Amino acid sequence: MMAGVIFVFSAAALLQFFISYCRSLIATSSKRVLSPEVKDVTGIQRVASGDDFKRVMQLLQLCPERPEDRNGVQAIGAYFSLLNFLRSTLARIVPSMRAWTESERGQCAYFAAVALERRISFSRDMLAQQMDG
Amino acid sequence: MLGPYGYAIWLLCTLLEAAVLVCAIKKNALHRYLLLNVNMAASVLVSIARYNILSHCGFTSKEYLYFYFYSDSVLTITLYLALTSLYSHIFAELKAARYIRLGTVVLLCGTALFSYGVVHQSSSKLVTHFVVELSQNLYFVGLVLTYVLWAAVLKMRETRTRLIQLILSTGVYFSLSAGNFALQNLYHSHSAFFGYLTPLFGCFLPISWAYAFWRVPEDARLVPARLAMVPR
Repeated sequence: MMAGVIFVFSAAALLQFFISYCRSLIATSSKRVLSPEVKDVTGIQRVASGDDFKRVMQLLQLCPERPEDRNGVQAIGAYFSLLNFLRSTLARIVPSMRAWTESERGQCAYFAAVALERRISFSRDMLAQQMDG
Repeated sequence: MLGPYGYAIWLLCTLLEAAVLVCAIKKNALHRYLLLNVNMAASVLVSIARYNILSHCGFTSKEYLYFYFYSDSVLTITLYLALTSLYSHIFAELKAARYIRLGTVVLLCGTALFSYGVVHQSSSKLVTHFVVELSQNLYFVGLVLTYVLWAAVLKMRETRTRLIQLILSTGVYFSLSAGNFALQNLYHSHSAFFGYLTPLFGCFLPISWAYAFWRVPEDARLVPARLAMVPR
């Protein structure tokens, strides 16, 4: 009985901490303005949509990985899956949740686009180093 | 016996813990977050000592078993102290350091007494049962404390991004660990499954702390109300 209560409380706290943690990761990149070439490649002009996420992630996987970005991208990938789950379940019953999940999915896509920009510039730096060497 | 998966996760976790210290030193955060770094340094030392005992005495030896549980208890206490140091950061302006120290000791003693109360009827291996119980209870106390701290962050409109990320990642870790212990108590028969899962959870804290030290500058700021699940 006690273990059950602890599990329910832990699961609820985990959900809350995980969502807030992911939003804190997103918030650190939301102020960054995308370069014109990343805007062209991703099709994101000013505000990203949740539907862009899959495409941006595919582009992200084409670039060499930056070790320091990997965990953040994975966490946001898990957050995006959670949002998709909420969108197809709870958001059907609660209309205000639908708008919230849409906005969050768009921010996930923007986070991925910022990560893509970092990876592109990382690849360029690596290439420049190789050319110099 | 530990398989390749167990060794790989162990090595990864130890490297990540060492990476937290390296990141903290490189970004001048060693002293500012001293108790967090003490916890990571203790984790690295305990990992090395555990490997040493494992390779000499074996996985099923009493020496390894006892060292594992006793060291785990010490690490849980250092993590609990690290969490209370985050309280000191949040309440620094209120000059509440003395009360936080007092509260830390009282709560730790209270948890120890409660743990003793739960295990005191065990006739054999009382101390070993006590340290295991204390660890489990401290994870739950840590979770509740982190929850209260997060509420304080939102209420006081704390804006330091790095501090917020450290608190939230500690909250995720405590929730995972407390939930994991609860599930293990509920489903004893699935111990093999938890044997795979538990070490993975251990990697989350060093990954997220290393990320916070390395990627988030100390002067970065954000609006905490934006992070709450319910918009404020």
